[in-house]
Amino acid sequence: MSTDESQNLVTLSIDGREIKAKGGELLIEAAEKSGVFIPRFCYHNRLPQVGVCRMCLVEVKGPRGFSLQPSCYLPVSEGMEVITQSEKVKKAQDGVLEFLLINHPLDCPTCDKGGECPLQDQTLTYGPGESRFAEEKRHWEKPIAISELVFLDRERCIQCDRCTRFADVVAGDALIEFIGRGDHTEVNVFPDRPFSSYFSGNTVQICPVGALTAAPYRFKARPWDLSQVESSCMACSMGCRIMVQSSQNGLTRYLGLDSDSVNHGWLCDKGRFGFEAINSADRVTSPMIRKGDSFVETSWASALSLIGSKIVDAKASGDPSRIGIMLGSRLTNEDIYAWVKLAKGVIGTDSVDSQLGDGLRGEVIAALPRATVNEAVSAKAVLAFTGDIKEEIPVLFLRLREAIRNGRTKLVTVGTRSSSLDKLSEVSARVTPDQARLLAMEVTKDSSKFPEISAVLSKQGVGADGEGLVVLLGRENLAWDQSIVEAFALELSRSLPKAKFLITLRGSNFSGAVDLGGVPRLLPGRSSLETATPVLRQKWANLPAQGGRGAKEMFNAALRGELDLLFLVGSDPRQDYLDSELANSALDNVGFVVSVDTYLSRSSSSADLVLPAAAFAEKAGTTTNLEGRVFTVNQKVTSPGLCRPDWTIASEIALELEEDLGFGSAEDILDEIAEVSPLHWGLSWHRLTKSAALDGVVVPITATALSIRPRAMLDQISTPGIASVWNQGLPSSKTSYFDDGTIEEPGSASQPPAQASVASVEPIWPVAPVQPLGTMRLGYSRKLYGQGEHLMNSPHLSKLIVEAKCRISSKTAKELGAEMGDSLRVADKAGGESLFELEIDDSVGDGIVELIRGSFSNPGFSPVRSDEAVNYVKVERA
Amino acid sequence: MSTKIVTARVDIPNSHTLSVYLEQGGYQSLRKALLEMTPEAVQEEVTVSGMLGRGGAGFETGRKWSMLKQDLVRYLVVNGDESEPSTFKDHLLVENDPHQLVEGTLITAYAIGASRAFIYLRGEFALGLERVQSAINEAYAYGAIGRNIFGSGFSVDVVLQPGAGAYICGEETALIESLEGKRGFPRIKPPYFPAVIGLYGAPTIVNNVETMSNVPWIVKNGGRAFAAMGKGRSTGTRLFALSGDVMRPGNYELEMTSKTFRELIYDPDFGGGLKEGRSVKAVIPGGVSAPWIGPDNLDLPLGQDEVAQAGSMLGSGSIIVLDDHSCAVRAAWRITKFFNRESCGQCTPCREGSGWIEKIMHRIELGSGTESDLDLVLDACDNIAPGLTWPPQQTTICVLGPSIPSSVVSAIKMFRDEFMVHIKEEGCPFVH
Repeated sequence: MSTDESQNLVTLSIDGREIKAKGGELLIEAAEKSGVFIPRFCYHNRLPQVGVCRMCLVEVKGPRGFSLQPSCYLPVSEGMEVITQSEKVKKAQDGVLEFLLINHPLDCPTCDKGGECPLQDQTLTYGPGESRFAEEKRHWEKPIAISELVFLDRERCIQCDRCTRFADVVAGDALIEFIGRGDHTEVNVFPDRPFSSYFSGNTVQICPVGALTAAPYRFKARPWDLSQVESSCMACSMGCRIMVQSSQNGLTRYLGLDSDSVNHGWLCDKGRFGFEAINSADRVTSPMIRKGDSFVETSWASALSLIGSKIVDAKASGDPSRIGIMLGSRLTNEDIYAWVKLAKGVIGTDSVDSQLGDGLRGEVIAALPRATVNEAVSAKAVLAFTGDIKEEIPVLFLRLREAIRNGRTKLVTVGTRSSSLDKLSEVSARVTPDQARLLAMEVTKDSSKFPEISAVLSKQGVGADGEGLVVLLGRENLAWDQSIVEAFALELSRSLPKAKFLITLRGSNFSGAVDLGGVPRLLPGRSSLETATPVLRQKWANLPAQGGRGAKEMFNAALRGELDLLFLVGSDPRQDYLDSELANSALDNVGFVVSVDTYLSRSSSSADLVLPAAAFAEKAGTTTNLEGRVFTVNQKVTSPGLCRPDWTIASEIALELEEDLGFGSAEDILDEIAEVSPLHWGLSWHRLTKSAALDGVVVPITATALSIRPRAMLDQISTPGIASVWNQGLPSSKTSYFDDGTIEEPGSASQPPAQASVASVEPIWPVAPVQPLGTMRLGYSRKLYGQGEHLMNSPHLSKLIVEAKCRISSKTAKELGAEMGDSLRVADKAGGESLFELEIDDSVGDGIVELIRGSFSNPGFSPVRSDEAVNYVKVERA
Repeated sequence: MSTKIVTARVDIPNSHTLSVYLEQGGYQSLRKALLEMTPEAVQEEVTVSGMLGRGGAGFETGRKWSMLKQDLVRYLVVNGDESEPSTFKDHLLVENDPHQLVEGTLITAYAIGASRAFIYLRGEFALGLERVQSAINEAYAYGAIGRNIFGSGFSVDVVLQPGAGAYICGEETALIESLEGKRGFPRIKPPYFPAVIGLYGAPTIVNNVETMSNVPWIVKNGGRAFAAMGKGRSTGTRLFALSGDVMRPGNYELEMTSKTFRELIYDPDFGGGLKEGRSVKAVIPGGVSAPWIGPDNLDLPLGQDEVAQAGSMLGSGSIIVLDDHSCAVRAAWRITKFFNRESCGQCTPCREGSGWIEKIMHRIELGSGTESDLDLVLDACDNIAPGLTWPPQQTTICVLGPSIPSSVVSAIKMFRDEFMVHIKEEGCPFVH
């Protein structure tokens, strides 16, 4: 214990026993840590305390003797005397529980919360045996839908203020509020304003009774029928820690787990309710081969054998790069490694990409100094040049919002478009590509160029070398080519060498793909083809002779007839590639397309062969989040039909080529990754499932990553029965359950690799085209509920999919003669048109049209062209 | 007649206007304070006066001011959210002498160094709001509010804010929440003592309308003159709002302790007695949150400590008289119903307990009670105010919770027989 910590300790007595606690810590927390659980309803360790339920009253000695005080509101102090077990405390607890129950409907047998209900549990433990209430209970209309996802039963509500506090303080969506007074106080929404928050599911999880229920879970299971396993959400790159629960081999619910480094217990609704898609009846469950316009089911054996012969045929031309592989965001690290090993180590093609024109080059990501989420939220200043975090990585938005609200950091946003971050930022600067370049080079050198930004940075004490600055880097405007963002980041990193970068691309496990060679020209451990480690050379049959193609180049090669075989492994370019015209015509021109998919997506439904893949929660493995943190992903249910994990399919294909990838389980693959990748040295199932179960491990592993920090307390109300979460994890043959969990430091032979240098990657500023007459600059972005098979196959989330919309400023609207709600016709460069409803929004710059990516009225409409650095469109009233 | 302080002008025609107020010597105290006294000297006079706060809690005003944390930004809030049944003294003052209130507010703002003062008035005071607002406007025009008042160098703004109809907003921390634009939920003390963390997080003094209205007189005549009236801690005068079964209900300003309850009720100049042939059954001495006192206590002087020693409180100075034709059960039930309607809904014991107790009391009044209901209702009260002591302990954030049991416990203790009649005869024996 350091001196600082010991100086800050106070001694107090609880029930006559002396304990030490951090000065200022809340009594309820200090008591719990010392083994005394004080019952509670309204207290939640991630919400500001309100002290209203009065369940946590204990006797505390004051100047006038002992009196009842709310332990959730009282900071501990030196010499404090506390009694938690006395007649007086017991009577107060009995009283509160009896009061809570008098108007509570006691419909436990038909209540979803029954069996995991804190009100039930605490009544059994602390409450009176019988009710003395003989009057008519208060009545409200039984559940009312307050959104597409959440039902509210006001009769069950105990007015603990958890949901309302969460919505207001944490999410910033104060759409539910107390209404009325006395025992007619109710929580409700405002008239005609549904609780349409991206985070509404959290209110259901933290509700201590069955007042808030989630539509996807209602009446699906009883808590005692659920079994559960800890995992990590793969809906975006945040990697929120979750508990996956199932009943009768069907997924029923995800609960957010409180990881101090990642999600603080929160989830977004897209992540939380996405499990419905996995249960979908529309899953691909058998290999299918194209016969004319339709598919016929086939066996795995014949499908694999066909693939084997297609690979042999394609390789016969002597150019393995006629085979391409596109990896999707469904894949675990083990899946990626297996496919990369198959592609690069067996077939010999380096044309592997995991990004569809909406990401950043692997070499750039690898070269930028990486920040963790915790570093970002405690940085002196954060510079955001990224897509709308709330729409793309919602829980990161919550973390940032909390940090900014509490004054831990200050935010500067830079970009072309308005975003949810603007409200949180000190300065929102709108830039053109040229200005972005200037900003990257001059921001700390010449404060007169960007006076407002420079003022914030210097006020916050950001060094001239960028010390204390974290850059959130993503695709701020999808209508700008990625090379602009890459050049910006490289330039910035050169002028501010101490600045760190948090890559805020939204695709799940994009980081794992970069780390494991799932992008062209990189190998596992981020080594280049030339710098492969000796271990890798020894483990892999061969290595690609030359650098391969990324997605765009693969499509262009296809147009030239140079792509014979393309594997789409969880990748749906027809839907997701920004330049959909290029993707569509290229895919039509590939010799043979194999799609490994969970649904018949746009791309797989036009593939030549479709292989059924195991979905999330149907396979074990690990995933890497945006900050490079590796967590376990675990299996909870078995796949339908003949689905197989993606890595198994890669192994089977290798066998067709008479190569053995050399692993029989996900655990084997992780061991091999740790062996061949310097970045992953020291990683093991043991480390991930025992000591780091909740927080995962940031790679490369350093001594700091290994230091065990005190865990955040779990809110027992929102994660019922999950006290022993640390002990959960992947059942493992190689680690003993009786292991004490001690960690050996990585040996000297396994020092983390040197960080690739930004000096080794040249910033290449593309030449922005001259704006054609009569066009407008395009701002192009995504919404959380945009497109995608996952959403469309989730019955409840699919209702939330947004219409494509376009936004322009009132000045621009006036020039067009258009008004709010008018229909606008937007034409892309090739003349493809689509109609949009107009929204006037003055946070959009003049002369810019902002489009929300969604289902366009014309599927052929493709506003973004992959060969343009900046895209322009024509806009007119329809 | 004893000296009148706060009601000296209320019967003069157009007493609410600046011209009448000035004719009567208005704003001289403000001039004196600003031009001749230091803020400390003004505070000292108020401290010497011994004036207890007139809102109900009876805390010494000078001491309250001295506890104000000396941050750069400090506020004064005047509590005019008078909404308790039977309490209507501030009502008179805001309608009939708004300038006195404004002047007291300004002097206080000077004394405590407030940069801005807020007058929070009950929203239902339509005429009062109109008159206080025009008084503020007149005072601005006269140069009594605003920048460099009377050339003294002292500047302050006064803002009038109407409430939105919640009794709880008379609780000072709920009032502050309401003033900040939020739902009127009382804050937890500690740490939210307004003098430390008040309006917008700044140190704030919250004083009652009547308290403010006394300040000009104290500055004009000195704290000693004020302290010379009354006895013990009960200095100065108080405005008693007398109601219930008396012939002449109304507001009566009396020197503290100078009269007894009996004199106030029976003196033809004041209450004028009861209806022919009736006698006092009980008196609710300090607003409906106060425990009742019986006819045996009628000779108590109207003083703070005197009433406290009898197990109740002088509170807001509103006195309800129940005669022998009124039903104790019904009275206690109606009071409980009020608290139930007005509970902010925050704390479980108050929100749920008030409703439950109200239902049981109503049931007894209607004739469906049982004898065990009496123990039940007392135990439910005990779970809000443990021990049922006076002054009460509480399981709630604010004192609205422990106010609920006062009437119920008093009624059961004093009139258990009457409850038994309701129970045995399955109905109320009184004619309503």
